[in-house]
Amino acid sequence: MTSTRETRLYQVGTFAAGNRLLDLEDRSVQAHPDRTNAITSGHRACRGCGEALGARFVLDAAVRAAGGDLVTANATGCLEVFSTPYPESSWQVPWLHSLFGNAPAVASGMAAGLRAQGRATRVVGQAGDGGTVDIGFGCLSGMFERNDDVLFVCYDNQGYMNTGVQRSGATPPAARTATTSTAGDVPGNPFGQGKSAPLIAMAHEIPYVATATVADLRDLEDKVTRAMEHHGARYLHVLVPCPLGWAADPSDTVRLARLATESGLFPLFEAEHGEVTGVTPIRHRVPVDDYLRLQGRYAHLFGEPGRPDLVARLQAGADRNIARFGLLEEGGDRP
Amino acid sequence: MCRPQVVAAYPISPQTHIVEALSDLVRTGELAQCEYLTVESEFAAMSACIGASAVGARAYTASASQGLLFMAEAVFNASGLGLPIVMTVANRAIGAPINIWNDHSDAMALRDAGWIQLYAADVQEATDLHLQAFVVAERTSLPVMVCMDGFVLTHAVEEVDLPEQEQVDAFVPPFVPQQLLDPDDPVTIGAMVGPEAFTEVRYLMQQRMDTAIGTVAEVAHDFREAFGRSSGGLVRGYRLEDADTVLVTLGSVAGAATEVVDELREQGIAAGTLTLTCFRPWPDEAVREALAGARRVVVLERAFSVGRGSIVGQDVRDSLHDLPVTVVEAVGGLGGRPVRRSDVRRLVEGVAADLLPTGRLHFLDLDHALLASAGVR
Repeated sequence: MTSTRETRLYQVGTFAAGNRLLDLEDRSVQAHPDRTNAITSGHRACRGCGEALGARFVLDAAVRAAGGDLVTANATGCLEVFSTPYPESSWQVPWLHSLFGNAPAVASGMAAGLRAQGRATRVVGQAGDGGTVDIGFGCLSGMFERNDDVLFVCYDNQGYMNTGVQRSGATPPAARTATTSTAGDVPGNPFGQGKSAPLIAMAHEIPYVATATVADLRDLEDKVTRAMEHHGARYLHVLVPCPLGWAADPSDTVRLARLATESGLFPLFEAEHGEVTGVTPIRHRVPVDDYLRLQGRYAHLFGEPGRPDLVARLQAGADRNIARFGLLEEGGDRP
Repeated sequence: MCRPQVVAAYPISPQTHIVEALSDLVRTGELAQCEYLTVESEFAAMSACIGASAVGARAYTASASQGLLFMAEAVFNASGLGLPIVMTVANRAIGAPINIWNDHSDAMALRDAGWIQLYAADVQEATDLHLQAFVVAERTSLPVMVCMDGFVLTHAVEEVDLPEQEQVDAFVPPFVPQQLLDPDDPVTIGAMVGPEAFTEVRYLMQQRMDTAIGTVAEVAHDFREAFGRSSGGLVRGYRLEDADTVLVTLGSVAGAATEVVDELREQGIAAGTLTLTCFRPWPDEAVREALAGARRVVVLERAFSVGRGSIVGQDVRDSLHDLPVTVVEAVGGLGGRPVRRSDVRRLVEGVAADLLPTGRLHFLDLDHALLASAGVR
């Protein structure tokens, strides 16, 4: 077992991102001594915040790829609030916050303004799921359709966490939020049609779309790096568990992100120009129960008498993802 | 001519031909080093201008009416962030009922948005105000709306003296932003400000707006020096000397107002008129100075505050609060109804004869027959 651990330490492509024993060129961006610390310590995110973790890795990788020449547009939301309580700021990159619903359009304007001045500065826009799939969706679609030279990143914590955990268009079925309580026949968020922002982004046939989580930070960095190799509109959708909103233990943030992918609920894939170009296979498939039971927002499914029927519907959704994206085709285990 | 570097616009009547022409200018290269963004909404148009301005590009858009309201959140944001964006407002009514024709309800709805608002009296002034607007905006780091009456001015065919490009380049220097998103010197713009500093930020906005009164006057002065033509500025008086009764207007009614004044003077009525070019910031001293000699003032505007009455009239009354001047408030020309000279003359005659009571809003051109047919008495 000891030798296995040593091997993992030197292995590139594990979930570990901070390996400082590798040669500089093989290290993750985050393990590199010249990382930007784009969002630096001292901010006011909650303990175990997936969004803070995701934003740090995304922006450091993007700044590295841009050779330091990068500006950012940020939507209103947790990320903006916890990082810039005036007169403090955690941002070590040029950063602008305008409004909740306009970050993609602000980013488009930045890209146009830079191009008009003949500057090669790159642009990253970022928002939570509310600012992306709901209130900012028109601006996002416009930015995609025009193929503006912007990487837009959605940090998806599946609800309006900043305002006190209300339902968003990215809230999964059956999840309890402040506006989808457990009262009534179908407790929690209704089973709607869902709204997959990555698939909608792909329908615009933009150069690059990818999904990632904060469980595999090396993969997240790689996807940001690949996104930055492209020009035009690019979209990265990052699942970032929220201990507060999901009623989960702050120490479970990374575990929950991993279980979301290993259950099939959150498929990891990349797409170019509307076609899927790669998926991350599930290594050890788990039933959705393993993921759901760690979260208080699903507690009503598991009490007495519980709602095994709803758990089954969630499992069916995960199964559908696995079939659709071929997540088990490269030798993943069955549960 | 003012060399914007980013134009982001969404078409709306009566602004469409402005953005169509700009699109052509960019496509043909006549407007060089400019990016034209065909955005999906007015909200995106103003948002893109915010992004462009923050990276140091001169940004421009045009809108009107519903479009202006649709972008309202971003309009307030642009001024809060201190970004010198210039926007043409092709003034148009706001529905319901939907109406594409001219009045000032749109710009007046954004009176308190923290933008400088300049109103053009004719097409020549609309042209000149755009040159001045970029200079004022960039000197004060405040956004500017150039308001021109929809159709009345936007679609008027008039001879216009277009300055030479070299003259414009000398008058409108390249944009030097007062704040900039620069990777070599990263700053945070748009931070979360709580009760401990929010008041001070707003105070500084007010202070900057106060300063802008001087800047608007100064730039109009510079314009006259450079182009030999008087245009823009704070207010413009006509036959105010010895005027007992003064008609105050803004926008294209100014033309009819001067003609009415001439007619009334011939009848022996000591009338004058004052055109407000700068509405925000409110040029308190200039208004007071211009109207201090009058006994009666009548404010005629193309918008009103439903449930209250005159919008501009309140400001005028406030400027004259300790002077023995009667202020009568009137509204006319709503939703494209032409402001007829005969109506204006009757209004001023009535005021001069002390026939119109103060304290209520007078409708210039109500169709009483139409109201009666709808069962309204």
